[in-house]
Amino acid sequence: MNRFLLPLAAFVLLAIVLGVGIRNSDTKGVVASPLVGRPAPQFVLPNLLDPDTPFDSRTMAGRWYALNVWGTWCIECRVEHAALVAAKAAGQLPIIGLNWKDDPTSAVAWLAQLGDPYEATAVDAEGRVAIDYGVYGAPETFLIDPQGIIVHKHIGPLSAEIWERDFIARAVSR
Amino acid sequence: MNAKVVALALLAGGLFAGALPAIDTTQLPDPALQERYEALTHELRCMQCQNQSIADSPVGLASDLRREVAEQLVAGKSDTQVREYMAARYGDFILFRPRLSARTAWLWALPGVLLLAGGVIAWRVVRQRARLAANDPDFNADDSER
Amino acid sequence: MEMLPELGHFALVLALLLAGLQAFFGIAGPAFGRQRWMSAVIPATAGSAVMVVTAFACLVASFVGFDFSVAYVAQNSNSALPLIYRIAAVWGAHEGSLLLWIVLLAGWTIAVAFGASRLPQHFSARVLGVLGIVSFGFLLFTLATSNPFLRLIPAAVDGSDLNPLLQDPALALHPPLLYTGYVGFAVAFAFAIAAMLEGKLDQTWARWTRPWTLAAWAFLTVGIALGSWWAYYELGWGGYWFWDPVENASFMPWLIGTALIHSLAVTDKRGLFKSWTLLLSIIAFSLSLLGTFLVRSGVLVSVHSFAADPARGIFILAFLVIMVGGALALYAWRAPLLKSDAGFELTSRESFLLFNNILLVIAAATVFGGTLAPLISDTLGLGTLSVGTQYFNPTFLLPMLPLIALASVGMHANWKRGRLAARGRPLIATGLIALAVALAAVFGYYGGRPGLALASFLLGAWLVLSSLVDPFDRLRRRLSMPRAIVGMTLAHMALGVFVISVTAVETYTTERDVAVAQGESVEVGGYTFRFDGIDDIHGPNYDGVHAIVQVSRDGKPLATLHPEKRRYFVQQSVMTEAGIESQPGRDLFVALGEDLGAGRWSLRIQVRPLINYVWLAALLMALGGSIAASDRRYRTARAPATEPVGAGQGSTA
Repeated sequence: MNRFLLPLAAFVLLAIVLGVGIRNSDTKGVVASPLVGRPAPQFVLPNLLDPDTPFDSRTMAGRWYALNVWGTWCIECRVEHAALVAAKAAGQLPIIGLNWKDDPTSAVAWLAQLGDPYEATAVDAEGRVAIDYGVYGAPETFLIDPQGIIVHKHIGPLSAEIWERDFIARAVSR
Repeated sequence: MNAKVVALALLAGGLFAGALPAIDTTQLPDPALQERYEALTHELRCMQCQNQSIADSPVGLASDLRREVAEQLVAGKSDTQVREYMAARYGDFILFRPRLSARTAWLWALPGVLLLAGGVIAWRVVRQRARLAANDPDFNADDSER
Repeated sequence: MEMLPELGHFALVLALLLAGLQAFFGIAGPAFGRQRWMSAVIPATAGSAVMVVTAFACLVASFVGFDFSVAYVAQNSNSALPLIYRIAAVWGAHEGSLLLWIVLLAGWTIAVAFGASRLPQHFSARVLGVLGIVSFGFLLFTLATSNPFLRLIPAAVDGSDLNPLLQDPALALHPPLLYTGYVGFAVAFAFAIAAMLEGKLDQTWARWTRPWTLAAWAFLTVGIALGSWWAYYELGWGGYWFWDPVENASFMPWLIGTALIHSLAVTDKRGLFKSWTLLLSIIAFSLSLLGTFLVRSGVLVSVHSFAADPARGIFILAFLVIMVGGALALYAWRAPLLKSDAGFELTSRESFLLFNNILLVIAAATVFGGTLAPLISDTLGLGTLSVGTQYFNPTFLLPMLPLIALASVGMHANWKRGRLAARGRPLIATGLIALAVALAAVFGYYGGRPGLALASFLLGAWLVLSSLVDPFDRLRRRLSMPRAIVGMTLAHMALGVFVISVTAVETYTTERDVAVAQGESVEVGGYTFRFDGIDDIHGPNYDGVHAIVQVSRDGKPLATLHPEKRRYFVQQSVMTEAGIESQPGRDLFVALGEDLGAGRWSLRIQVRPLINYVWLAALLMALGGSIAASDRRYRTARAPATEPVGAGQGSTA
């Protein structure tokens, strides 16, 4: 082979990589979680609205549920909140809130004002459980199956369509 | 309110997080531990800002992860254990020094392969040119080049 | 005045059309042997350049005149922005910086048009034609995806301000210098394409190309150094190089450009490495284009990125495929014709320049691999990964250390023959002095931590001393001292200084991040830093605080530092401004952190030895490059028709 063709061949490969890079560039900033397909970390944390009984994630065993990471400081959380409230009203899948590094008073006020979509809200004041879940930005939402396995992770605000497609469809189909 | 929203949105966008360094005054009990702490926090990526290490970033998650690193080191964990702990939760994306594995072998092999190839090319070219020089009767006669 | 943006827009459209004509006449004229077409190249080139400058002037005027009815101005300026930053704001974001790119290309093109009057007309027409294609592509890109003249209806009451990060003198100058370097490689690229279209490449060609390449390289060097200096005092980390994708995007063309300068020397002197030199000319500019692509398309995550837009990415990729793909296809077709039978011995200068080129290309390829690895890994389905300093630092040293060692020796090699033994004495003598210096520095002055530091000090000092041998020899023997030699000596010495200073900074920096209350002192690197509290500061478009830090040594006060934190009004973003005391041997660096409550603040304190010599060395390198570029030899190089054909090598086809 003509060795002078090698640079051109290398460039063609590079162009393909760059092309694929452009195609994927809208998903930049979304990093796939290594936790999908693995057991959800178990935790016991204070319950936001019921300080006397801590929330224990083991009580969710045997049920499908969603774990929604939020905080009142998070703008996108406000965006998705209506969708969560609607999901709660539909009643197909329980949602557990993980209130991440937040001020409890503001968090209670938020739920009182905007509606409470959660079956229970665990308070992760120090962000340790969030680290176990590999959370790097709120909102993030995990779908967990009756065996306690993380089936899906959604990064960014939820909408009715995403909820239906990625959460309800998966939980009901199995 | 509005300005705050913009500022936070920019912060989330990463660029402006970059403008403000974190100054981390954590002091571990012994100097050797402190040195490992500083090295480790510099090789873990801040996930939110996407282009800084957790040592350099002022965002909340970065300081939580620094605390995690400090606690694990004090508890006697090895550097590798800390790295694996982080990668198990955040994926390999969090490691600025890619772990050696089948998936990253090409990257770590690259400099060596390039040096090897370069060596072979250099040897072949020099041998060929030296042979041309040896076989060229004018080579030593022509002394015009400085 | 009212219609300036429309005038600018119209000028851009005209510039596009004229660049199209410049490209067409420049390429088609010589191809079909049409004399009149070739004669039309210069007018088209001049017209296009005038239109580009007009458009740029219109944008500058809109910024200076606070025309917030122009969307780009409204997004990047503000009524409180000082004049120099209103001008710098022209290239403060994607659209305007693209226009700056085009203006600088026009500048290079006009310079080539003047310089090319000595060249055969068909050749200079081809060179200008290729530059016309580049200009056409970028103008089309600007008009199609990134027009800076779009109106905002209704006009904004006030602008949303220039990114405060860019409100700094060094960063105002960084893009023009960097782009001048980037774009300058377009000239070597155009010379390469023209030579391949002619099917002929001789030593004269190399002599024409050398000064242009040196000039572009010098600008790129200063541009990179300025950006690095800015990052040091503005970002507050105290570092000067982060291996960020965008930094790498400017560094790769620099490495290849450096290789090109050296391979051009061989092609010029011996008529060797011809196809290799062509390839490097193509790659240097291709990497400039790739850098533009990486920064603006959003495929890589970086601190410096412009707002990402896939549509722009697709356009630049298409342009990249046409330009680079076309050039490399032409290369595959034409390069096999360029053969030379000239020989050289193992220890001749040609050999050393060959090693230089191979090692520089390896270094560039390593940076390239690391920079694109996240993208490549993602594309191949191998998962997401990150590549940072911890990868680049050791892998970059691998080719660099032998390169620096070989440079000290290679400078003394003769062309063609390996009579290195004759130069053995000065080499050994300088090597021994360098070893003594390195030992004294490591064990005497800085104290401890040998190993890599010792080796690097040795190599750096050896390079400095070794590069002085030849000039001294010439002085002693009263030989002439051409500027090419002066420039080369300066650049090689500067590289030695660079190696020494980087080694000192990386090995012997002492730093501490501390929490202090007013009146408290901290010892760092033998200096005492006393925190004397916080004061308010007020700027034209920001306010903030600065700390008062007294530095003293052995009880004697040395300086008062004022590290700042500024809050810019419009974007409400906080910026740091480090407080730095520069001494001949070290920098004392203090950055202000957060208010920790109860009167305590966090401070980052660093004592960085020799750090200023890192940038000084870069400036010296650039100075060396520009002195070499002005050598008489290049200016008197005539077209082959008026000069005896050199040494019988070269031309084919």
